[in-house]
Amino acid sequence: MEKQEIDVVTGTATTGHQWDGIKELNTPLPRWWVWVFYATVVWSVLYWLVYPAWPLVSGYTRGLFGYSSRANVAAEITALHTLRGEKAVALASASLEEIEKNPALLAFARAQGKAAFGDNCAPCHGVGATGAKGYPNLNDDDWLWGGTLPAIYQTIQYGIRSGNPEARENQMPAFGKDGVLTRDQVLQVASFVRSLSGQAARPGADLGAGKKIFADNCAVCHGEDGKGNQELGAPNLTDRIYLRGSDEAAIIDIINNGGGGVMPAWTGRLDPATLKSLAVYVHTLGGGK
Amino acid sequence: MAHATARKSMTFGEGGSALVFAVTALLCLVGAARAQDATFAFHAYLSAAASVLAVFMIFSSYSRRPSEPIPAEIDGKPNYNFGPIKFATTAAMFWGIAGFVVGLWAALELAWPALNFDLPWTNFGRIRPLHTSAVIFAFGGNVLLASSLYVVQRTCRVRVAGEIAPWFVVLGYNFFIVIAGTGYLLGVTQSKEYAEPEWYADLWLTIVWVVYLLVFLATLIKRKEPHIFVANWFYLAFIITIAVLHLGNNPALPVSVFGSKSYIAWSGVQDAMFQWWYGHNAVGFFLTSGFLGIMYYFVPKRADRPIYSYRLSIVHFWSLIFLYIWAGPHHLHYTALPDWAQTLGMTFSIMLWMPSWGGMINGLMTLSGAWDKLRTDPVLRMMVVSVAFYGMSTFEGPMMSVKAVNSLSHYTDWTIGHVHSGALGWVGFVSFGAVYCLVPWLWQKKGLYSLKLVNWHFWVSTIGIVLYVSAMWVSGILQGLMWRAYTSLGFLEYSFIETVEAMHPFYVIRALGGLLFVIGSLLMAWNLWMTVKSGEPEAVAARPALQPAE
Repeated sequence: MEKQEIDVVTGTATTGHQWDGIKELNTPLPRWWVWVFYATVVWSVLYWLVYPAWPLVSGYTRGLFGYSSRANVAAEITALHTLRGEKAVALASASLEEIEKNPALLAFARAQGKAAFGDNCAPCHGVGATGAKGYPNLNDDDWLWGGTLPAIYQTIQYGIRSGNPEARENQMPAFGKDGVLTRDQVLQVASFVRSLSGQAARPGADLGAGKKIFADNCAVCHGEDGKGNQELGAPNLTDRIYLRGSDEAAIIDIINNGGGGVMPAWTGRLDPATLKSLAVYVHTLGGGK
Repeated sequence: MAHATARKSMTFGEGGSALVFAVTALLCLVGAARAQDATFAFHAYLSAAASVLAVFMIFSSYSRRPSEPIPAEIDGKPNYNFGPIKFATTAAMFWGIAGFVVGLWAALELAWPALNFDLPWTNFGRIRPLHTSAVIFAFGGNVLLASSLYVVQRTCRVRVAGEIAPWFVVLGYNFFIVIAGTGYLLGVTQSKEYAEPEWYADLWLTIVWVVYLLVFLATLIKRKEPHIFVANWFYLAFIITIAVLHLGNNPALPVSVFGSKSYIAWSGVQDAMFQWWYGHNAVGFFLTSGFLGIMYYFVPKRADRPIYSYRLSIVHFWSLIFLYIWAGPHHLHYTALPDWAQTLGMTFSIMLWMPSWGGMINGLMTLSGAWDKLRTDPVLRMMVVSVAFYGMSTFEGPMMSVKAVNSLSHYTDWTIGHVHSGALGWVGFVSFGAVYCLVPWLWQKKGLYSLKLVNWHFWVSTIGIVLYVSAMWVSGILQGLMWRAYTSLGFLEYSFIETVEAMHPFYVIRALGGLLFVIGSLLMAWNLWMTVKSGEPEAVAARPALQPAE
């Protein structure tokens, strides 16, 4: 059984073993394979000398140059602070208005604001801050809670209906669901609201009746002229910019069910300099007042 | 019956197993009645049904068998037991196609997230583990069960140990797959990557795996060959190490013995270290060692050539076994894991390069004198290309374990590309090659229904792999560079969502690659089905003794 033979193709002897017809050649280890293997072992031993490598009873071998990845992170953070330099320091102490007046500081704040916006705000407002249904566009000059620097800053810091004690709060009532208005009244006032921005009313709608309902129920927040009130966060209804759609069904839905979205409070989640930068970034997108 | 002289009686194994399964069925019913959550109840009912079925199968096989025990040899030739192997081979094809399709779906969800249809069962978080477990453990596991039980019998020249035990292993293992897979879809998971099944599934797998080890060992012990064939070393290393890894990574305390939720004993960075010691060695011993076992039998067999180097097989086996077990920490570079552990993980990964390539050299060089067969035999070509993919992945792996490279590649799609060049190229292709060999052998057919179809399978799948892997390389490196890009003022250049948008075209290409791989596997299934159904039967006393070389 243990019969060694010479393989005709390679001229190498077999080991004499055989399993289910499979034999093995007695080829020596390829030299290059052995040397590369040794080289990786030598390289590893050298690496162990240089870097932290082997655990000891207490502690570990620290390597020749005291490398530590924790120290590396600290060094990289220091390098980042150095790169950001005086501007970061100046930004921390400057007021919002001062930042906008100083072109170098403004560019710096906008860069920081853009980065922070991309990772924190873009999921709802979009990368370009153009918004989506239910999430306002921040590029235009139609503001729900005010487009001045302090107003934007306040909104970012404390959010809207966020649960923060300083949050901006309001509530559009559910006129239909709570039985304040009848179904017909809702239809009439919806037609009137659409007419405020020059949209066609449904055929046969009584705009006069709608106007009366509006004056009795809606004007207290949205104003007699429907132009809204940013103190209360009541949207302007005359500009054809609608948070949740301008078609009749969407407007009827809001009058029936009320409600409003939530924007989180960012104080405590982002550092003060980043909050300021975000306010400046949003304010300078194009619609800031 | 003319010669029914021996009185027929149940063996101890038959009677004992039937009793154990009957008791298990009762216990499962109690578990179902007292279940704390619906999924546990579902799994308990399923287990009760499976146990009843097991009792029924034991009695039915008892009533069908002759009164004498099944002979180990007939006319001086081993009476090989191919039944469980046929089952595992069929299961491998079934789970393989299921796993590839779910993988394609997951890839499509990444390109078009709406394809989860807003249903809890089909969201990415649930179908991703379904995909990974289906392809690794269900497809790969069944290929390993089938091939190991086949190879160990033929290379030891004995019938596999036990009659019920090998069936218990293959059926029990596939039942574990059913419990794990349905659990994922219903939201049962212990949230450990590649070890998601909850405590009760883990316990069941432990029992099945120990029986597998015993069956394999007992077969080796009663072998009729003086030496143990190299493939069996690799299979044995795979079986033993997977048992150790499974036990090390999964100690958990159930919230209730009647509920599915449990908590892992390890915590914090220790848990992370155990997880990746397990995770990396699942790659090393399940997807490498086990499939090297396949390579060592099927490549020389199919090429009809001797294995290139016995010495290389010994040296690379032991160096691979010794070095692999250390490499896990390279999954945790730049984390809370201590620096020294990261260093060891990285250096042992580098040292692992040549031991891995020893297998590649032995696989490829076995072809010397038979390279011409690559032109005519697409099955052999598939296995040879798989060995080439193995070589590529085992170079890429050590390279990615270098901390400087890892700081770019980690958490990106590059990792996914690396894994799939190994998974689709190496594990997939070597498995396909082995199954293409096994099916005609097991069902006693002269050959495959169509080699042309194998050729189509080879090319369609190879193009699929190339598309997949290159798309992930490009997107991974792009992603890594975008994440680390800073502006001159010291702020991140790109938001996370912008990097996600940049990945979209590559995700589409990746899904296309996956689609081609799925199509290839469907061609294979059709080909195998036709082979079994209408292949020309092998003539009796075929496989003549090899003619001595002149």
